[in-house]
Amino acid sequence: MTVKAKKEYDVIIIGGGPAGLSAGIYTSRARLNSLLIERGVVGGRITDAELVENYPGFAEGVSGAELGQLMQRQAAKYGLSIVTAEVTGLELKKEKRVVKTTRGDFTAKAVIIASGSERGKLGIPGEKELTGKGVSYCATCDAPFFKEKPIAVVGGGNAAISEALHLAKFASHVIVIHRRNQLRATRIMEEKARAQSRIEFLWDTVVEKIDGKDAVKQLILRQVKTGKPSTLDIAGVFVAVGLKPGTDFLKGVVPLDKAGYIITNDRMETEIPGIFAAGDIRQHSPRQAITAAGDGATAAVNAEIFISQ
Amino acid sequence: MSKPIEVDDASFEQKVLESKIPVLVDFWAPWCRPCLMAAPVLEELAKEYADKITFTKLDVDQNAKVAAKYNIMAIPNLIIFKEGKPVSQIVGYKPKEELKKDLDAVLK
Repeated sequence: MTVKAKKEYDVIIIGGGPAGLSAGIYTSRARLNSLLIERGVVGGRITDAELVENYPGFAEGVSGAELGQLMQRQAAKYGLSIVTAEVTGLELKKEKRVVKTTRGDFTAKAVIIASGSERGKLGIPGEKELTGKGVSYCATCDAPFFKEKPIAVVGGGNAAISEALHLAKFASHVIVIHRRNQLRATRIMEEKARAQSRIEFLWDTVVEKIDGKDAVKQLILRQVKTGKPSTLDIAGVFVAVGLKPGTDFLKGVVPLDKAGYIITNDRMETEIPGIFAAGDIRQHSPRQAITAAGDGATAAVNAEIFISQ
Repeated sequence: MSKPIEVDDASFEQKVLESKIPVLVDFWAPWCRPCLMAAPVLEELAKEYADKITFTKLDVDQNAKVAAKYNIMAIPNLIIFKEGKPVSQIVGYKPKEELKKDLDAVLK
């Protein structure tokens, strides 16, 4: 924790995932005075991944947590400052961009927004009430609490399948509930899940309600095509659906698309001079660690050009 | 008392339930990444709230009795006890500023 953080920088990077850390490595090596602001865990959402197998250079795969730590160490080596704070707003003042945070205001010549996306919630009855009582958002944290018990995973993307594969090591069986009739996850992930006998799929199905008093007991389901309701007895439900961008603090400052993602050009520039965006927060991002890292580097290079002009 | 104290099944009653001031229990396990990341934040808060709230941590792997009694099924999981009763529970990793709000609410 920086005791007295400086207040003025060349570049401020919002978000400490692969996009932000890559941007930080590039701006620091360009000898730009750089500050990265992260509100939670440096490394970002990738730190939830048990094993990252598609990041080039790690032929045997690498844990998300380790990948995050390595990026952080690399950035720190070149002098990137990191502060823990929540960004509450962004203001433009002539040549300066003011980043408002829970630890005061910081100013910079250029800002790179790389604050990523967050896990969505189902928003159904019982979800909030039973969070921590069988409803979970982190399989690597909570799987061991469900040894030899039946579990459901809601979602059909890579995060959901990765969680199902991890849970299958503990649970008696894992039921993947997906609202479509095919997965969004990468083919190799799907093949792995199908080869695991403890994993089953419930297609075209949504969860309407989570039932239970002191712990999750049952899910109320609905078949999307027929509208037919059904129930499923389980001990836990892991939610891995609907990533959403964390861009509320940017409304009215930076142009966003309907879903709340930041619109940029291929230089990672937003319409606002000196404000760049990188990674999952960008419109049409494939939301991969490697594409986020690439965005971060591109944004950093163009931020450097912007500052030197 | 600036660092969180380790408590276990045996010492839980005396150190947590019989405490005169509120006690925060951090239910954690070595396999849980967010728990490890929350640890330094809790150490800082333990200093800031010294004499107001006692900070403790309990390894759910080693202390199944207490973990089962409070129905711990997700970690990180913080429970704040006041006069032997749980008054506030925070599940999942939360940034420091948010935790402070919950702590201050308990002290009101």
